[in-house]
Amino acid sequence: MEQKLLQMAEEAKKVLEEAKSLEEINEVRIRYLGKKGELTRILRGMGALPPDRRPRVGQVANEVREVIEATIAARTAAVKERIKQARLLAEKIDLTLPGTNFSLGHFHPLTLVQRQIEDIFLGLGFEIAEGPEVELDYYNFEALNIPKDHPARDMQDTFFIGEEVVLRTHTSPVQVRTMERMAGRIPVKVIAPGKVYRRDDDATHSPMFHQVEGLAIDTRITFGDLKGVLQTFAAEMFGTSTRTRFRPSFFPFTEPSAEMDISCVMCGGRGCRVCSYSGWLEILGCGSVHPQVLEMSGYNSEEVTGFAFGMGIERITMLKYGIDDLRLFFDNDLRFLEQF
Amino acid sequence: MRVSLKWLREFVEIDLPPEELAEQMTLAGLAVEAIHYPGKDIQKIYTGRIVKIEPHPNADKLVICRVFLGAGEPVQIVTGAPNVEEGRVIVLAVEGARLTGGLPIKKAKFRGVESRGMLCSWQELGFDPKYIPADQAHGIMVLPPDTPVGTDAKPLLGLDDVILELEITPNRGDCLSMLGVAREVAAILNRPLRYDPPQVAELARGIEGRTRVDILHPELCSRYVARLFTNVRVGPSPLWMQERLRAAGVRPISNIVDITNYVMMELGQPLHAFDYDRLREGRIIVRTAKAGETLVSLDGVTRELTDEMLVIADAAAPVAIAGVMGGLETEVTEKTVNVLLESAHFNPTSIRRTSKALGLRSEASVRFEKGIDREGCLPAAARAAQLLRQIQAGDVVAGAVDNYPGRRAPEKIVLRPARVNHVLGTALTGEEISRTLSRLHFEVNEAGEELLVNVPGYRNDVHQEIDLIEEVARLYGYNRIPGTLPCGVSTLGVRTRERALADQVKEILVGCGLTEVVTFSFVNPAVFDRFNLPAQSSLREAVKLQNPLSEEHSVLRTWLLPGLVEVLRRNFHRRVTNGAVFELGRVFSPRSRALPEERLMLAAAGTGKIAGGWNARGLTVDYYFLKGVFETLAARIGLHFSFAPVNNHPSFHPGRTARIFSGEEELGILGELHPDVLENLELTGRVVACEMDFAKITALARERRQHTPLPRFPAVERDLAVVVPRDVPAQAVEEIIKRAGGPLLHSVSLFDVYEGEQVKKGFRSLAFALKFLAADRTLTVEEVASRIENITAELAQKAGAEIRAEKMS
Repeated sequence: MEQKLLQMAEEAKKVLEEAKSLEEINEVRIRYLGKKGELTRILRGMGALPPDRRPRVGQVANEVREVIEATIAARTAAVKERIKQARLLAEKIDLTLPGTNFSLGHFHPLTLVQRQIEDIFLGLGFEIAEGPEVELDYYNFEALNIPKDHPARDMQDTFFIGEEVVLRTHTSPVQVRTMERMAGRIPVKVIAPGKVYRRDDDATHSPMFHQVEGLAIDTRITFGDLKGVLQTFAAEMFGTSTRTRFRPSFFPFTEPSAEMDISCVMCGGRGCRVCSYSGWLEILGCGSVHPQVLEMSGYNSEEVTGFAFGMGIERITMLKYGIDDLRLFFDNDLRFLEQF
Repeated sequence: MRVSLKWLREFVEIDLPPEELAEQMTLAGLAVEAIHYPGKDIQKIYTGRIVKIEPHPNADKLVICRVFLGAGEPVQIVTGAPNVEEGRVIVLAVEGARLTGGLPIKKAKFRGVESRGMLCSWQELGFDPKYIPADQAHGIMVLPPDTPVGTDAKPLLGLDDVILELEITPNRGDCLSMLGVAREVAAILNRPLRYDPPQVAELARGIEGRTRVDILHPELCSRYVARLFTNVRVGPSPLWMQERLRAAGVRPISNIVDITNYVMMELGQPLHAFDYDRLREGRIIVRTAKAGETLVSLDGVTRELTDEMLVIADAAAPVAIAGVMGGLETEVTEKTVNVLLESAHFNPTSIRRTSKALGLRSEASVRFEKGIDREGCLPAAARAAQLLRQIQAGDVVAGAVDNYPGRRAPEKIVLRPARVNHVLGTALTGEEISRTLSRLHFEVNEAGEELLVNVPGYRNDVHQEIDLIEEVARLYGYNRIPGTLPCGVSTLGVRTRERALADQVKEILVGCGLTEVVTFSFVNPAVFDRFNLPAQSSLREAVKLQNPLSEEHSVLRTWLLPGLVEVLRRNFHRRVTNGAVFELGRVFSPRSRALPEERLMLAAAGTGKIAGGWNARGLTVDYYFLKGVFETLAARIGLHFSFAPVNNHPSFHPGRTARIFSGEEELGILGELHPDVLENLELTGRVVACEMDFAKITALARERRQHTPLPRFPAVERDLAVVVPRDVPAQAVEEIIKRAGGPLLHSVSLFDVYEGEQVKKGFRSLAFALKFLAADRTLTVEEVASRIENITAELAQKAGAEIRAEKMS
């Protein structure tokens, strides 16, 4: 009987080795170990054995069962692994097909740059102020030291709404409104981004465009501070290798007045078509706040000084993104906007 | 302002290259916009005299000229120019010469006759057509007969010059002259200025009794100097004077006119020459025009004058518009024998107004507008007299009439060195400041800690201390002032709530697939019609521009939508037919006796499909798309929007439009555009659009978020498909379910809508996912079943509903 059992174990092992699927393995298990299986059948015949042989045969039978079970387990694992490998192989996909299209929208490039400008000045402790786009002549001109009939009014062609009402030609009136609101308090540190309007429409002028104005007033603000703040801005905006230079200029509401140039972003200052081979790009106007402007808005110009600046967002955006046509900004061609 | 470097060098020594000079000028506030080298390409051109002209043996239209170059044998030239004459002095480009654009001149044969060079025309030497005399337009350049021959023609014609093109800021009218620029350059280079007051050889006879000047409005004319020239011989001015005028951008006309222009360009003082014999009673009256008076100006146009315009009149009538343009009647002509020269100072504002009113700007009016030096009137008249003598074009009557009611003492300003350093952030000494200002010819005297500064008369832009500080700064050099960061109380830079929310909203919309656009604030009033707005619509009440660029841009927008739809339309015409856009911008509505109201609005519009790809169907940009976008937006900013149908908005589809509410507050409208509007706009397909009041959204938006504890017991989920009449809104069904479900019904969400074969006509099936939950226990099947029963009963009763299916999910 022992012989029979051992022979069976060998037989089962052989059959299992040939089993290729889990079903086949299961069949083997049923054939040998099931209720009506061969092992059971043999064990049932144990009653016919003399009692002294029974323990020995029982032991062998258990060993045989264990061997078969272990073989089944090993074989099952192997088959499972093979099936898994086959499945993984079959599940291979074309990894080059495009990913799911989430189709996000796009920010207008002017928004992106305006926000970047805002962030730089917020970091320098400036607040954001706003003012109306339809503005009184007083705020747009008079309070900025540009009386009626002043030749400087020719610098900006104005859209009129009424005799004393204009579309603001610059964001500078927000300077005046801010000073009025602050009513003599210091320090004042604001920037004012927004739309401005000039009666001009050609390849390099748009009747509507955007500016960011800046104003700082305190007891010890100097022209050197103006330079330092704007140099910081230029480095943040255009990179730390950007050089700046300041040229004297004229604005009725600042004195001394200046224009700031940066080293050309295209050629690094060697000279190219974009900078007209000068190596420099003009990017903003600025200056110390004119004492008259301080006085008109309720500040004592002997006690406080200030600086102001204004820059065109379109110009900076064009330089940053290499846009060569101003009109693209307001044409809103989706093929243009989708690039940002 | 065009500045000839040759001319400039008469006033100041310049030994650095033009580019370097330009850079230094620019950095001191005299911006050089461009540098021109007019004769850059030209070489080997000489003056020569045509000594003989012979016919060409083989060509009717060509002649053979022999040109004498001052020495040696005359050179043989074949030419077809019609204006060759024996004895004429011309410009010859000899063999090896180059003309403008680098054109090389070689020995050549024309129909068998050798030509060893070329007679030059104005064009070939690069002159602007406006400078070419009419008789030489179709031939060669002819020089005055006394021009020495055989000399290099380049210097003679200014072709060896360098022209700096300056952009003069409006405050620096004094730099609209060679002398003014020279003063600046001398100061920048720290060199002496070479300028001597003019000396005139006058006749013995004096001006007394021969003319008189009356100024009726001294506030409009502070000074009027008159001089008389007699025995005037009008003709062309000499070559050197013409060359200078051309360099400055002025067309030579005749010697007398050229002198006035020359002095204006040199000293900045506009002059006018009258034909003295045509002035009635030979006198000048400076007065305002009388109503109805007219004047034919030099350009032949009859000008209607008003009593706000200052004129120069003789005893009878206006003869010139003061400071703007002379009159034709008293113009200097070839017949003129006696000239009255005007050198005056007029009120800048008055000139500016007159010039604007007449639409007439001249070199003179520009200078008067910016303010000239009233002390310069007399020397300028003397300079003109000197030039007249120098070119022997007439005699100068002794003396001048000088009517000077507006004489002013020179401006004196106290300058505090400490203040200079306070404003600039420098550490300059009084001595340094004083030296810097002296370079600009300010007279500086020390008075204790302070400096007392006398301002030269021509610097009418300098009135107060700050003006002097700027002068110090720009001559010291802006780029030598160190950059610093402001010290003092530190300030917090934060965005306002509205701006922060605006940024957040833009992020959300972009995240939902919408693209931001920026459109013009001005629109065409015709959009109101195109959007079918009724006559009484408040959206038609727009702020109008008084001087729009065109009708297209003539009123300020009262809503954003038309601009957005226009963007879709423009893209549509470029075959970009899918897209959704939004804009956050202001709209304007008029208010009486106040600035217009400006409201920040948020609008969106879209058409076609977005997203989608090989593995996804994409999203149709329709009512539900845009509604979903704004529901997403609402949820993100702590709001809940509800949508109430509206069927009577003329711009929108009556069955596909809703007003948007947050609680009781109406925020805006969302819907498909009316087919009539699409037809007006020539758009096909469907367009969905939305516009909301952003200020209201800002006021309502909440940042506060509150945590609810997670459920500790499992939820029971049931799906319920309900068949209801088609016109019962889904929201009404949902509300019935919610009410009937009671507090254990945790959430209801619609997941399917079906109309078709499985459902009877006029009905549709709405499928909801219900979730039941109790905070303190696991719900029993019976509890849920009783709720479902309650719900189905209520639905049947209140919405005529049948239950199509119920299943556990």
